[in-house]
Amino acid sequence: MPQNLTAETSSLLEKVCNDLINHLDENQIKDPVMVGIHSGGVWVGNELLPRLALKDPLGSLDISFYRDDFSQTGLNPKVKPSSLPFTTENRHVILVDDVIMTGRTIRAAMNELFDYGRPATITLVTLININARQLPIQPDIIGKTMVLSPQERVKLSGPNPLSLEIIKKT
Amino acid sequence: MQNAVTNVQLNQHGQLRHFLSIDGLNKTLLETLLNTAESFIGMDEQPIKKVPLLRGKTIVNLFFENSTRTRTTFELAAKRLSADILNFNISTSATTKGESLFDTLQNLEAMASDMFIIRHPDSGAAHFIAKSVTPNIAIINAGDGRHAHPTQAMLDMLSIRRHKGDFSKLTVAIVGDILHSRVARSQIQALAMLGVPEIRVIGPKTLLPKNIELLPIKIFHQMEAGLSDADVVIMLRLQKERMQLSLIPSEHEYYQCYGLTKQKLAYAKPDAIVMHPGPINRGVEIESSIADSPQSMILKQVNCSVPMRMAILATVMSSYSEKSKPS
Repeated sequence: MPQNLTAETSSLLEKVCNDLINHLDENQIKDPVMVGIHSGGVWVGNELLPRLALKDPLGSLDISFYRDDFSQTGLNPKVKPSSLPFTTENRHVILVDDVIMTGRTIRAAMNELFDYGRPATITLVTLININARQLPIQPDIIGKTMVLSPQERVKLSGPNPLSLEIIKKT
Repeated sequence: MQNAVTNVQLNQHGQLRHFLSIDGLNKTLLETLLNTAESFIGMDEQPIKKVPLLRGKTIVNLFFENSTRTRTTFELAAKRLSADILNFNISTSATTKGESLFDTLQNLEAMASDMFIIRHPDSGAAHFIAKSVTPNIAIINAGDGRHAHPTQAMLDMLSIRRHKGDFSKLTVAIVGDILHSRVARSQIQALAMLGVPEIRVIGPKTLLPKNIELLPIKIFHQMEAGLSDADVVIMLRLQKERMQLSLIPSEHEYYQCYGLTKQKLAYAKPDAIVMHPGPINRGVEIESSIADSPQSMILKQVNCSVPMRMAILATVMSSYSEKSKPS
């Protein structure tokens, strides 16, 4: 049976938002832009953006063309265009994803971000952290850290409502 | 023929392993290609106009026939996907075709190439090469004789979709030298596959191929009736270099009957778009002012060509991934 975490999702968003505001204050990060990774990261970003009252709209990245497993798995047939409706050159970027696991998606996303310009800083925000990293990449803001068995995955569905559940791979 | 093409073009998972003709593909595949191309549009406005998708792949542009636009847009598409590309322009005039083709291919295979993009004056050349090369090399048909030019047809489909939206509501008229046009053949197949309910062909009997009535089209010999209420007008170039017989009395007379003028375009819908695969013969098949008018999509077609060709290269290479290999 999938474990449903819907009720917890809004409190996780609340926590991430508060931690992020504190992080930006502590590090004196002013006027950041926010970029979500398709699809879950965009959904989470859309929840966070109004709470932070950022003046730029949310950017979105589809990292399909930057993945490191093209030779193994090929191209995602449902790739969507990336859209960064602002310049990232010298800006503080808040990069948002729903779940971080191996770190490979974030590596691809950072590679893509740099093709748009050289950001001043990147702050990484994830709702769920699964400790199964294959690369030395760590989020700055985490909603919740979870330990999963090798057969389990966390899935965020959305965008309305956002709902997290743990599913078992068959 | 269709089954043979189908088998060569698709792998066991139904993915594109070669792109030889529209014939034998399906609507889902064409729509996926168009959607992928949409993701590449706008990339030329980024500071770094490149994605790392095909890094480390070697693509060979193998052109046995002259071409500027097609060759350079394939080259740019490959470069924007970070592939390495070699350009070969090979004249066939002085050699025995079958033998020299085979020798050339073997040499290129030995250079550990991943993909050949082929233009050849003989119909079926790309198909022949796809069957002859080792199984790990992908073949893209960049135009073979009078047979097919599927990448041009796809970029035209992308232009039509971006400007007219839903294919299922369109009337499309293709005008001119259908007989010598590999583009028209591929366009008709793609339009039909994508669900265009009315495809018309307009031209003199001498410039229509035999058995054309077998295609899902309506045939017209007069511009007035053929263009009536059309949403899209595709003009074809009068292929002077392919015309060995006197198929038309004179260019002047052809222009009088089939040249697209302001007057004739008025038969189509007021918001009809005009397309042409280029290069255009101004004053032969199209009035100069129409070619430069806001209704003309001719330059916008060129804008679609790099993203569409990137989508085709990426999708075909994708079918050579570990996951897609025969189990």
